[in-house]
Amino acid sequence: MNECYLGIDIGSISTKGVLLDQEKRIIASTYIWTEGNPTQATKKVISLLREKIDSNYVLKGIGTTGSARKLIGLMLDATVVKNEITAHAIGTLSKHKEVRTILEIGGQDSKIIFLENGMIVDYSMNTLCAAGTGSFLSSQAKRLGVEIEDFGDIALKSKKPVKIAARCTVFAESDLIHKAQAGYRKEDIIAGLCRSIVLNYLNNVAKGKKIHGPIVFQGGVSKNKGVVHYFEEQLGEPILVDDEGHLMGAIGVAVLAHKAAVQKEYTWDMKDIAFETKGYECKGCSNHCELLKIYKEGKLVDTWGSRCGKF
Amino acid sequence: MKKIVTYPQMGDYNVPIYYLLTHILRCEIRKPPKISDRTVELGNKYSPTFVCMPFKYTLGTFLESLEEGANVLIQLGGGCRYGYYYALQKEIIKEQGYSFKLINLVTEGKSDLKKIIKDFKGIDPSFSILKSAYYLFITMKMIKYMDKLDHQIRKNIGFEQKKGEHEYVKQKMLTCFEHTKGYFPLLFTYLSYKRKFKKIKKNKKKCLKVGIIGELYTIMEPFANYDLEMMLSQYGIEVTRFTNATYLLFQKRKKVKKYLKKVKRFSKNRLGADALDNVGRLVYLGEKKYDGAIHIKSSFCTPEIGVMPILRRVSEEYKIPLLFFSFDTNTSKVGIETRIEAFYDMIEMRKQNE
Repeated sequence: MNECYLGIDIGSISTKGVLLDQEKRIIASTYIWTEGNPTQATKKVISLLREKIDSNYVLKGIGTTGSARKLIGLMLDATVVKNEITAHAIGTLSKHKEVRTILEIGGQDSKIIFLENGMIVDYSMNTLCAAGTGSFLSSQAKRLGVEIEDFGDIALKSKKPVKIAARCTVFAESDLIHKAQAGYRKEDIIAGLCRSIVLNYLNNVAKGKKIHGPIVFQGGVSKNKGVVHYFEEQLGEPILVDDEGHLMGAIGVAVLAHKAAVQKEYTWDMKDIAFETKGYECKGCSNHCELLKIYKEGKLVDTWGSRCGKF
Repeated sequence: MKKIVTYPQMGDYNVPIYYLLTHILRCEIRKPPKISDRTVELGNKYSPTFVCMPFKYTLGTFLESLEEGANVLIQLGGGCRYGYYYALQKEIIKEQGYSFKLINLVTEGKSDLKKIIKDFKGIDPSFSILKSAYYLFITMKMIKYMDKLDHQIRKNIGFEQKKGEHEYVKQKMLTCFEHTKGYFPLLFTYLSYKRKFKKIKKNKKKCLKVGIIGELYTIMEPFANYDLEMMLSQYGIEVTRFTNATYLLFQKRKKVKKYLKKVKRFSKNRLGADALDNVGRLVYLGEKKYDGAIHIKSSFCTPEIGVMPILRRVSEEYKIPLLFFSFDTNTSKVGIETRIEAFYDMIEMRKQNE
């Protein structure tokens, strides 16, 4: 009997699942779209992972991360429920021990994590603004009639990227339209866009903090070669992009589940659990909290969103 | 027309203000409603988008009170945009068709006593200066006692054995304060509750210590900072907070001069509102080797935005982790929880590796 550990990263756009064995090696991984339904996506991830491995593995720990980590953690009765920042740092450290800076640009958020001697010393996340995230790039790709997958290669062809406002998406977009209508070449505009993402990130997320190498770049946008190129140009350091960069969060929580003091034994049929949520507004007092009741197998297991602590 | 007086809501300070007003004015005093999602919604609807959050909260409170029949509103002013709140709020409420009177007690950072007395005489012709001075004295004492106990509660609430006990005792204490009969009964209540708080069973060991700095309203009204102190205490963190009414009323003037000397390296100017104070506090936290600091402000708070680069420099120099939060009326709590959790993990890891 071999032991294995499951890590699931349920993001706003995609859900990632990883199975690690005793030596923290990846034995199976999968990547699917969340499609606005985290419970369904999780069930799918588990059954996909199950098909990929031999039947002699016993599941000893589960970790969840990502924006739906609490809900899924409750559903699976997870050993570890951790935020994305810690999970990404732990996951990356398990592969690149020397890393000092982790850049991450995802679909909805972007973050930067600073490490020193294998320890997080500082981090920041984008706050109000969606500028410089994957969703902005993909919407601009659509506007320019280019597939997002080709974006990076086209950008690298350009010799003279146009200057595009980097502060804010609204300004960036109007700049982009002006430049396109003025007759600039498409590859120069695309290169300019990649450059503006980088500048925006360094302005709004990194906020002028000192970035030391080795630098690892993760998240969906890291697959864009143009953005990687301009990061290297701006920071003057080589940027490491891992093929498994998108799985780092999941790997991180799986490692944490492996390390956890409490070990449980899980069965594989948890993917058939009946799991339901109901939202309603409490009229008990003037707070009018929006409550979410969570039912597992028809039984109320938790209520979220109360301010007064009644539930 | 019968006069009904009300004032904005901020933390637990509605108790001493209520006490003061009921004793010096012979007319109905209405406690402001607790801030709820509806308050915020109302305030948001009628405020300019880019105004700071306390404006929206206080306007929402006023509108809710007016709906319930209040017609005399009391507002204060401060050294930043806060100084213009009353003027703009007056115009906005007027446009809603209410007939009311708005009294502003502080203009350009100074209180004009003659004007205040005139205003209060306008509400209640039998207003007596001597009586007011006496009750003002008791109220100030009450605020001081509240803040003193609050300081203790913040240190211990994360470690109570029976959950919610501190909060329960505190609510009882506030009720007693509200019905206090004079200075000596107040002192007596204070001392007895001080003992009660001490008696609450706690299991406190070595723990993480975090200081909260930032803009005053966001710090003092728990609804505005999404119960940040509560969230931190659930992680077993000891919270230190500097801003309270005692500080603003009695200590600020002295402390600012001290801070100005202390932080000469980082800033030579006062920077407006509480900005300089926050630099001084962060230096203090760094010197005392706190595990971290959290800077909170409402979005568009100009003095605090201006001080952020300086704070970043202080945090680098003293190697104290600093987390920034900017709250507006629609920030979701989930994002805040994620950042707090990551912050906790970070300072915990640091502590272990020391």
